[in-house]
Amino acid sequence: MKLKKGIPVIDQGNKLGFWGGKFGGNFVPETLKKPIEDLEVLFNKLKKDKKFIKERDKYFKNWIGVPTRFIKLENLTKHVGGAQIWSKVVSDANGGAHKVYNATVHCLLAKRSGKKVIIGDTGAGYAGKMLSMAAKKFGLKCKIFMGAKDIARQQPNVKAMKKNGAEVVPVYSGSQTLVDAVSECMRFWVANCDTTAMCVGSTVGPAVFVRICGWSTSQISRELKVQLIDEFGSVPKKLKLYNCVGGGSSSFGFWNEFMDYDKKQCEFIGVEAGGPANSKKHAAPLTYGSKIGILHGAAQYVNQNSDGQIEETESISAGLDYPGISPLHCFLKDTKRARYTAASDEQALEAYKLVTKFEKLRPSLEPSHAFAVAISESKKLSKDTIVVVNSCGDAYKDRGILEKRLGKKYVKSN
Amino acid sequence: MLNPISVAFKKAKKENRPALLTYTVAGDSSKKQSLDILKSISKNADILEVGVPHNTPVADGSQIQTSAYRAIKNGIKVNDIFKIVKDFKKFDKNKPVILMGYYNMIFQYGENKFLNKCNLSGVNGLIVVDLPWPENKNFAKKCKKKSIYFIQLLSPTTTKIRLKKIIRDSHPMNYFISMLSTTGGKLKVSPKDILKNYTKIKKIDPKKEIVIGFGITEKTIGKLKSADGLVVGSAICKEISKSLKHRQNPVTNVSKLVKKLKNKIL
Repeated sequence: MKLKKGIPVIDQGNKLGFWGGKFGGNFVPETLKKPIEDLEVLFNKLKKDKKFIKERDKYFKNWIGVPTRFIKLENLTKHVGGAQIWSKVVSDANGGAHKVYNATVHCLLAKRSGKKVIIGDTGAGYAGKMLSMAAKKFGLKCKIFMGAKDIARQQPNVKAMKKNGAEVVPVYSGSQTLVDAVSECMRFWVANCDTTAMCVGSTVGPAVFVRICGWSTSQISRELKVQLIDEFGSVPKKLKLYNCVGGGSSSFGFWNEFMDYDKKQCEFIGVEAGGPANSKKHAAPLTYGSKIGILHGAAQYVNQNSDGQIEETESISAGLDYPGISPLHCFLKDTKRARYTAASDEQALEAYKLVTKFEKLRPSLEPSHAFAVAISESKKLSKDTIVVVNSCGDAYKDRGILEKRLGKKYVKSN
Repeated sequence: MLNPISVAFKKAKKENRPALLTYTVAGDSSKKQSLDILKSISKNADILEVGVPHNTPVADGSQIQTSAYRAIKNGIKVNDIFKIVKDFKKFDKNKPVILMGYYNMIFQYGENKFLNKCNLSGVNGLIVVDLPWPENKNFAKKCKKKSIYFIQLLSPTTTKIRLKKIIRDSHPMNYFISMLSTTGGKLKVSPKDILKNYTKIKKIDPKKEIVIGFGITEKTIGKLKSADGLVVGSAICKEISKSLKHRQNPVTNVSKLVKKLKNKIL
């Protein structure tokens, strides 16, 4: 299996949509074949269309507010005493997380295809919040599927969705989290694909959704590359990019522009959710060697039992609480371009405490997983190593959990 | 030897009626009960579809989901499903059985091993919901070698050119999804329009049997009589749930329901 240079990773799949010949694809009911093909034709055309790119960039700039900041975490760097720790503050984006890029692009595509309704899944609620925001902006009706367990633990985002006029549909099946929300959303699309557009909230699902999402979030690394060159004169000789990985949309977008660099110069580190310490459940299929299986239309490493039933996951972070992982990351893992590891709930909380103690930055529980590993590895790294952590979400949505686990003082500033 | 599925269609044609296909989930609500249900309905059903329950189904409505979750909760495994089919075949060896499920279950079991087991237990056909054409070409070929029908699904969204290609590659039986819906949705298209689509598909290759499924109940089945075969699934799963709720025997209730369905198409 080989990663090709000079070709965007999203376009390295084969005719049937498989990366490396075995990850991804389109394991979908016959009914969805046509709408997926239509979306593929539209997306392949528009991503080469200068007018469309201009339109996308206009909304990214004026509405999402790109570029997001690239800042040095001086105090944290001093405290850790190793590599320079920087952060790409993607949570600056309108709505507070990277999910807004994919949501915006899907709404633009829906408009082009003449659909009046857009549906989407959500775990932490950010994908849903952003889709509801974008749908409102572009005059589309919006329906968000969300696990009942996630609705209970991510209330601020649920409120935001409703405020944006979206209908939030609770999903009670299975573990009542993201995996069930995605299934329910796909089922709704099966029954309504003639009038409705679907947005998959991460780089998961049938191949075209993986591609659209990766294409959208790549905005992050496009900006970062410019910012790095502005700051250091060139892309640093020792660069390490840390990102949490649930479905894998923010990490893929954070790395994409640097794909062709040698990994000795530019290393990618993906941090999965290890779940509570002492728990057997986790949401880290790449770290803990899960087998390849089919989930939500794509072949990927996925937590499952020997029969092929998908296993329940457990993580403090709703956004990472997913048994599968993007085919793109399976591909990056097997081609050894990226390295994957996991942080536990407790390690993520510790990292959140540390970051908020030293910096004016409030990463949500998802990027706190990335901070946990970045901080611990930075200690052993030389001072000329540039560590960048993607702070891809804001902790406002986590205030309930943070208060419960860490006490009131950690949410006071909210 | 002719596949018992084809024999069943021939028999129904001779009686001037569509074949009746039932769908029940293996292991719902227990291994024994699902076997008892198969035995009790085999008198009136022509072909038995046995669902392989999966916990992340992308095309099933709430009735079949409920049945599937119930079966999984009660511990059903793939090997148990083969055992149920095998035990059923001891009871009625000529009745065709089709397994219907999602590809990951076959993928984890191993395609070849799965097909061998199908042969050993007496499975005659397979419907794999999320393995569409052309992705299913290789697997369908393997099925053919084992004399198992791989049943292609056709949908109202399937384009004409695609229909032709799928049917060209298909085995003697195909499955037309009546409308845009998950299983068990309310019939939102008139039976007349469904039959119009059905006829169009049938014309592509009249020799291939086409069954219609999704949304068919006691109320609607009589209006679709001119098809080669009709599948009832969710209505049966619903009957099982209802029986359990009212502490009645699902075996007798489902058996009665299937008899009624049969009477409507005579």
